[in-house]
Amino acid sequence: MTGIIVASGNLANPVMARSQMGFSLGWHIILACFGVGMPALVVFVEWRGIRTGDPSYRLLARRWAKVLGVLFAVGAVSGTILSFEMGVLWSGLMDHYGAVIGLPFAIEGFAFFIEAIFLGIYLYGWDRLSPRTHLLSGIPIVVAGIASAFFVVSANAWMNSPTGYTVRDGRLVGVDPWAAMFNSATGPETTHMIISAFMVTGFGVASVYAVAMLRGRHDRYHRIGLLVPLTMASVLAPIQFVVGDWAARYVAKDQPVKLAAMEGLAHGRNGAPESIGGYFSGGQLHDAIRLPDGLSLLTHFRPNAYVAGLDQVPPALRPPVTVVHLAFDSMVGIGSALLLLAAWLGYAWWRHRDLPTSRWFLRAVAVSGVGAVVAMEAGWITTEVGRQPWIVYGVLKVAAAVNPEPGLGYGLYAVIVVYAALTVATVYVLRRMTQSTPVPMAPQESDVAAVKVV
Amino acid sequence: MTYANALLAVMWLAVTAYALLAGADFGAGIWDLLAGSSKRGASQRSLIEHSIGPVWEANHVWLIFVLVIMWTAFPPLFAAVSSTLYIPLTLIALGVIARGSAFAFRKVVSELWQRRLFGAVFAFSSVVTPFFLGATAGAVASGRVPPGIGRGDSMTSWTGPVSILAGCFAVVVCGYLAAVYLTADARRAGDSSLTELFRRRALGSGVVVGAVAAAGLVVVHGNAPRLYDGLSGKALPLVIVSVAAGLASIGLLVLRRFTAVRVSAALAVTAVLWAWGVAQYPHLLLPGLTVASAAAPHATLTVTTGCVIVGMLVLLPSLGWLFVLFQRTPGRAADATGSGE
Repeated sequence: MTGIIVASGNLANPVMARSQMGFSLGWHIILACFGVGMPALVVFVEWRGIRTGDPSYRLLARRWAKVLGVLFAVGAVSGTILSFEMGVLWSGLMDHYGAVIGLPFAIEGFAFFIEAIFLGIYLYGWDRLSPRTHLLSGIPIVVAGIASAFFVVSANAWMNSPTGYTVRDGRLVGVDPWAAMFNSATGPETTHMIISAFMVTGFGVASVYAVAMLRGRHDRYHRIGLLVPLTMASVLAPIQFVVGDWAARYVAKDQPVKLAAMEGLAHGRNGAPESIGGYFSGGQLHDAIRLPDGLSLLTHFRPNAYVAGLDQVPPALRPPVTVVHLAFDSMVGIGSALLLLAAWLGYAWWRHRDLPTSRWFLRAVAVSGVGAVVAMEAGWITTEVGRQPWIVYGVLKVAAAVNPEPGLGYGLYAVIVVYAALTVATVYVLRRMTQSTPVPMAPQESDVAAVKVV
Repeated sequence: MTYANALLAVMWLAVTAYALLAGADFGAGIWDLLAGSSKRGASQRSLIEHSIGPVWEANHVWLIFVLVIMWTAFPPLFAAVSSTLYIPLTLIALGVIARGSAFAFRKVVSELWQRRLFGAVFAFSSVVTPFFLGATAGAVASGRVPPGIGRGDSMTSWTGPVSILAGCFAVVVCGYLAAVYLTADARRAGDSSLTELFRRRALGSGVVVGAVAAAGLVVVHGNAPRLYDGLSGKALPLVIVSVAAGLASIGLLVLRRFTAVRVSAALAVTAVLWAWGVAQYPHLLLPGLTVASAAAPHATLTVTTGCVIVGMLVLLPSLGWLFVLFQRTPGRAADATGSGE
């Protein structure tokens, strides 16, 4: 591995390009989640603030809007590099199939534009618009954010289920851009991602207030700051389980090799077990916990159903199994833990209309934000690494799509250096924002208005 | 007019919008860099922050828009340009990241050393990024990017004389546009000393832009004869418009017509971009990649055109509201009174 990275000439371009793309996309997706999920939270608390006049809601709206401004800016610029990388790294993909998958990107361009415009109006227009108009100007941000996520992920879905084009003599002769956009992976993949964006936002924001409450700040402001996002995430957690099952069923049907890698299933068989944990080596999964017939039951509802293994394709066409299997298990494991946390909140609220009193509940919420991010990243690792060696499943290999120019690999180092600085600066600035202006003991109207959004 | 030509025109309009709007953002960053010590430059930096704060994110989406239209409608063009020119393009992307995030961070931190650090990153990347954008344009214009994936030389393609000159041209044009826009913003904010300062800078940078443009014609004549033929042939009317608008802008600045000079300065820059486009049309890349041969299959072009029309119907009114909202009310007065709630 080290040898490959040192020799960043042509031969290593696929490895380096995949690392760069994975790194910059994996970084951006965290910010993108907040860009999709957070506008809804801000608009909701602003609406509650206008309806009730409660200063806690009004203060939260302004604080969250300010944080959203920073997160959106960093998300916007870290997303820009991805458009460049589509060509800089994957020239072969865009040359062959740009005409097929370009449409969702073009529409996403508009959605993102709308998002940026209304975010500018919303953040900078707080004191220039009537409360009602200002609230309404937040709605296009919510809608455009969700739309952006849908269109971008539908392009990724096409790479899993390529449809909507005709190739004759190696040349693209016909395209049906709508069929390409609404391929069979689009439904489960986009739904799964949009919900996870809201869950990352919900658990992420709630965890900030859980930390504050653990430090003894139990006022109404902090309780609402925890309860509103946590409720959003908790309502979605069970829905995400159903959608995740839908996505897995799609993978079983359209990408059986990926499913075999996710489950570490070497050989196709009837009554396939569900394997949890372990590592894959020498064509076998070792040290895994096995639930007999579990996989057959999950995918086909029959204990004796046949599930195809990795051996359905030659070894050169199989993804690295251990990474995919463990990433999948991590996602499901963390998702289950988040579901339990949601159930805990739901039970306490049902019994006595209050948060659970245990400090362990606050501790669990405090780590749930990081947990949701890890689960979301693990999901992306599962689907992206699980598609290897293909960039377009069954059609185009990664090695054939990469830009062959010499020295391309150095881009990875440049990106790592810039992103390291960006990470440090982002974390530092966000921490400063939570510390620099303490919450007034008894928030009055004037305190709320004094919080300048930008 | 074919769909391919229509989408090419849309793409070029987006390039123009990016140059005029984001160009001014970059230029504001350049003036931020040259504003002097923290104390002396404070009022300039504050004006700059107020002018570009609400609009910079929207301004920069034009670039993404150019890229997605290019790879959807003209995939071989996008593949060839981005593979051969991966070095300047990666640097542009990193420059955009450094610039945008540093600008956002500077707004929310309060201590001087933090503002200095983020300000320096913002200002430095505001100079570097347009240089590489110009160098990229120069590489394509001088025919150093051949069709095909990674066929061109990853270094010499963008370090030729035309690229270097175009890079410098892009930087001074950004500074010029920003100075012109900021003059009017300063007057609306009622700050006469800043108005004079930026007026002088607009005049000075306007003269520099003219000089670099004249030098550019000489360099193009020697290094990109086909482009020169186009500029002195079918694109000549646009070249003349650009020169006339540039001279008119100097005159309007002298006469302190700050709103009119916004229009004439923008026209001068627009005419340069369209002169290049017309001079090169219908060739996208040399040798042999034309609009017709690079265009995507018919269905992609028609559907994309339809989506662009529908999208613009939503986009343009929204964008209009954004600009009107922050041009109408004097930004600093509204903040100072803390109006609203």
